[in-house]
Amino acid sequence: MDLSYTDSQNAFREEVRNWLAQNVPAQPLQSFDTEEGFRQHREWEAQLNDGRWGMVTWPEALGGRGCDLIEWLIFEEEYYRSGAPARVNQNGIFLLGPTLMEFGTEEQKARFLPKMATGEEVWAQGWSEPGAGSDMAAIRSKAERVGDHYVINGQKTWSTRAVWADWTFGIFRTDPESSRHKGLTFILVPLDAEGVTVRPIPQLDGLPGFAEIFFDNVKVPVENVLGGEGMGWHVAMSTAGFERGLMLRSPARFQETARRLVELYKANLGHSEIKSSADIDPAVGDAVMKAWMDAEAYTLNTYMTASRLVQGGKIGPESSTNKIFWSELDQKMHETAMSILGARAELWPHAPAAGEVGKWLDGFLFSQAGPIYAGTNEIQRNIIAERMLGMPRA
Amino acid sequence: MNFTFTEDQLMFHDSVKSFLTNEVTPERIRELWESDTGRSSELWGQLAELGLTAMTVPEAFGGLGMNELDFVLLAEECGYTALPEALVETVMVAVPLISSLGDEQAEFKESWLSRIATGEARVAVGHPDNPLVPDAHVADLLLLANGDEVHALSQGQVQLTENPSVDPSRKLFTVEWTPSTETLISGAGIADGTAGKQLWQDALDRGALAVAAQQLGLARKMVDLSVDYTFERKQFGKPIGSFQAVKHLMSNVAVQIEFAKSPLYKAAYSVAYGLNSRAKDVSHARLVTTDAAMLGAKNGIQSHGAMGYTWEVDLQIFMKRAWALASSYGTQGFHKQRIKQFILADEAQLGAGSTFA
Repeated sequence: MDLSYTDSQNAFREEVRNWLAQNVPAQPLQSFDTEEGFRQHREWEAQLNDGRWGMVTWPEALGGRGCDLIEWLIFEEEYYRSGAPARVNQNGIFLLGPTLMEFGTEEQKARFLPKMATGEEVWAQGWSEPGAGSDMAAIRSKAERVGDHYVINGQKTWSTRAVWADWTFGIFRTDPESSRHKGLTFILVPLDAEGVTVRPIPQLDGLPGFAEIFFDNVKVPVENVLGGEGMGWHVAMSTAGFERGLMLRSPARFQETARRLVELYKANLGHSEIKSSADIDPAVGDAVMKAWMDAEAYTLNTYMTASRLVQGGKIGPESSTNKIFWSELDQKMHETAMSILGARAELWPHAPAAGEVGKWLDGFLFSQAGPIYAGTNEIQRNIIAERMLGMPRA
Repeated sequence: MNFTFTEDQLMFHDSVKSFLTNEVTPERIRELWESDTGRSSELWGQLAELGLTAMTVPEAFGGLGMNELDFVLLAEECGYTALPEALVETVMVAVPLISSLGDEQAEFKESWLSRIATGEARVAVGHPDNPLVPDAHVADLLLLANGDEVHALSQGQVQLTENPSVDPSRKLFTVEWTPSTETLISGAGIADGTAGKQLWQDALDRGALAVAAQQLGLARKMVDLSVDYTFERKQFGKPIGSFQAVKHLMSNVAVQIEFAKSPLYKAAYSVAYGLNSRAKDVSHARLVTTDAAMLGAKNGIQSHGAMGYTWEVDLQIFMKRAWALASSYGTQGFHKQRIKQFILADEAQLGAGSTFA
């Protein structure tokens, strides 16, 4: 065990920091759930890629830097410290990208990865269906093989980024006689294909952060199958594994929220005109402390897992604990911030009387989604009980 | 940057783990409850034979010269098996305390450390933050506090009164004694007057780390016992472990355990290498491991139903140890206070990138 950075790791951090200092837009971009904001974020992805900072863990041949997971953590720390824009192509670069590298043919990698890297093609995920949420194996959307292509019919929903994205990936039932986990195939579908209809779904903040996707006789060439026909569940589980495992939510994000929470707490201690709950509710001080500790624990835990993986270890079922931990931490941090902000907490930052409410309300709303997306926390708890603790299945 | 244990550390852990699992069984613990001292010189001898009592003793005094990081996984297993003997406190608190004494105590250090290493001598520590002295009755040497001073006493120089604990394995004593210049080994009057204060502060961090490691082991054990029980116990024609409500009781503890591990190992690293962050790191570890153990006890007894409330079921051994240790070497409130002081300080470095800075 050596909990200090090597010289080359420190130099890498310095390089990331310098580049970000010179390139991060001075004005925050608009939300990527607006058309203009989406365009701005796509441009930012291109700029990142020009600096070869888009996907630092990807191989150099694909525009990455071949970074290991420790370097990835360092990159993420600097990225969040700098206040750089959110990653509009997250579903592509962190979820589909690694899956393509594991299951894709050389042709598929060459076709999809470079455009993913530049942000030219932004990806939406297409997991859930109206009847297949927590029970993902209940998928009914069909892909029927006809000659050298598939004909897709059905519906996906809660498709994040789908409103302005270019492509979606998901699993479809290719064997009409099959049920549950069998007979499913992982297919990449262009959202501008004939027969695709995307219907935006406004989220709690009123913006269409996700959408329904309808497929009406959509023709997709067989080359768009990832990992082979009938292998969909296996390929999808690998993608979901990356998501739950490590790369979906890097610890730096929560450390920065915890730091802002500590600052908010300190700023409101004894300084507010109306007594803040920071002053009069001792539980708030405890919650702030706990938030900092938990963000720290999530960081330490991720470094421990990353170190193990760097040395050739594998992610185990214990990674299901991650998603529960960070999503509940995120909720608690934002609840605490709302309590400190008191009567102004309900105001949007542009409200005339909002004062310094900052972006807490946005974060609070988004934190409500955390325990639901990427597998509800109840499903995660079942997985922990059955696969990690070995408890009997229902 | 490499946050993993070495092959050697993991192998030693495996062998000690299997020894403790085989030798420190619930049956043996219950037998010891019925014995006069509650302690077994045979078991202590076995621990010494494995080299455990010598682990943190410097090589110059016949020890293995290892540190808290080498021992932390073993301390976790001592918690997992609810070892009644005061091995963890000896290795993590008493031995480092003696080793840290000034050079003027060379003879004292030599004579005691070499005998602790071989298992011939046992030592008890009366930390000023703990009202009672554990295992004073079997100690050949007692390290006691008079203000900031450290005093060394023999069994003949003290009068002990036992205080029964909720955990029958815990042997706690009030100690009557008289400080004198003969018993003083560190503090005002000898060398630097602040030496004793520092020794006790370091001992507090080491003691809290020792508690943290045991609490994590206890939490794991309570989950394992409870999961086993949920297979055996059937209601509505099924094992109760198949019900989501019961599953989630256990998953919630598992989550806390998983995120208590890395703070514990970081704290052990900080103490072993004397990092400036050690007080904060230890308090973090102490808080989250204790929370995990408390939830493990609560959800453990709940998943056992009425059986969990009986003397018969072994869960009590681990539950009671967890409760008993919860305020040893600083209350949860004390450790929270230390974290708060750290994060609220004007010069605090927080946020992304600050963890290992």
